[in-house]
Amino acid sequence: MTSVRYTKDHEYVRLDGDVAVVGISEFAQSQLGDVVFVELPDVGKTVEKGKEAAVVESVKAASEVYAPLSGEVVEVNEELEGNPGLVNEDAEGKGWFLKLKLASAAELDDLMDADAYKAFLETLG
Amino acid sequence: MAQPDENAGPLRKTPLHAEHLALGARMVPFAGYEMPVQYADGILAEHNWTRAHAGLFDVSHMGQAILQGRDHAATARALEALIPADILTLAEGRQRYSQLLAEDGGIIDDLMVTRPAGHGNDGRLLLVVNAARKEVDFAHIAARLPASVRLDVVDDRALIALQGPEAAMVMERHCPDALGLGFMEAGVLLVDDFPMQVARSGYTGEDGFEISVPALQAPVLWARLMEEPEVRAIGLGARDSLRLEAGLCLYGHDIDLTTSPIEAALAWSIQKRRRLDGGFPGAARIQRELTEGTSRIRVGLRIEGRQPAREGAEIAAAGTVIGTLTSGGYAPTLGAPVAMGYVPPAYAAPGTALEVRVRGRALPATVSALPFVPTRYHRKS
Repeated sequence: MTSVRYTKDHEYVRLDGDVAVVGISEFAQSQLGDVVFVELPDVGKTVEKGKEAAVVESVKAASEVYAPLSGEVVEVNEELEGNPGLVNEDAEGKGWFLKLKLASAAELDDLMDADAYKAFLETLG
Repeated sequence: MAQPDENAGPLRKTPLHAEHLALGARMVPFAGYEMPVQYADGILAEHNWTRAHAGLFDVSHMGQAILQGRDHAATARALEALIPADILTLAEGRQRYSQLLAEDGGIIDDLMVTRPAGHGNDGRLLLVVNAARKEVDFAHIAARLPASVRLDVVDDRALIALQGPEAAMVMERHCPDALGLGFMEAGVLLVDDFPMQVARSGYTGEDGFEISVPALQAPVLWARLMEEPEVRAIGLGARDSLRLEAGLCLYGHDIDLTTSPIEAALAWSIQKRRRLDGGFPGAARIQRELTEGTSRIRVGLRIEGRQPAREGAEIAAAGTVIGTLTSGGYAPTLGAPVAMGYVPPAYAAPGTALEVRVRGRALPATVSALPFVPTRYHRKS
């Protein structure tokens, strides 16, 4: 079963076994515009739900990316270093940021599923 | 992701607002206006298009005004009391870049001054100032003019810039006379059979033109230029990355009330007679800085790696903070991050190795001559 969940800050998390793949949503990348750099955390770092986990830089500005869930960073997407445009091309696929070993899978239930996120985007006008 | 906090009050619209919406622009608040930050292509594509072809910019938010006195000498002297450029000897049909200065030599705003050519224009100067400063500027100027010189704010004209290596071939189809202009020259020319103020200048480092057009005619001119295959609409995002690559100052960032023109490396814009004679606000400080130097000066920085450094980042040398970035970002033409900032003159020589601190990381940086990307102005030999 693959289940993708979203935050109100436009991060997504996709459960892959007991590891959560984290990135920014298709909507987020379209709002950011051309991504020119992604600052990723070190592998082994513990991140806390709602706190800064990465920074994504477009031509115009730097934006913080918050951890959608708490956990330990077990892998980061090293391809983004040479090709940050992957975030624009395939935000919810090849443009993933990092993988987390979750502290508590129950936290996932606090996040929006795809339908709820879609409805949330519509409220943003 | 953090969302931008946009406390948008009632925003003003330029005469080309509907055109931006029709092109799918992303509109943002800027200097009290709702302005296109980018169109559907995105900032990178727009930037690269302008460097390769011709970009069309709506810069109608900028402030336009006419200074009118009884003859050129009277008007020029009135303006020279407020700015350090030589306007008295400015020839008809020529433009000059300058700065409105505060009493302490700080910069109130930077501006373009044009002496229009032709019958009926004697004693007239045209001013273009920054959008975010226009109310401040015009109040400042109006309060300091002699009774015989009048400031008329022009708020019924749009300002359109066409910039890029193919701008001239596009202009040739709409305004053949524009090709007779050299860089920083201007005239009232027929554009699609209507007289408009055309100047050969801009804010991208490229050859290009700025056209001051009556607001009602602006949408038609915009549409005609957009029909040209070389032309695409370019938003404020690419305008910023283009001017940064060209090493040009952005008011409120690279220059402001705390910087003098000498610190800002704008001494080239103060001509010899004004340096010698003074007679402008802050003259004593500026004359002193010209002979004795300053404690800091604006420089360009090339940053190693791919991580952009933004305004506000610290500049350090051998572990000690020596300055701050005032502009910074990704330079699409170079495929690398660049920045501008202020450092002590001892660190200002091109090639000097420094570092820029971004979120706790020290990025190696090298002082670089400006512009970062060679300019391609159409200078008459």
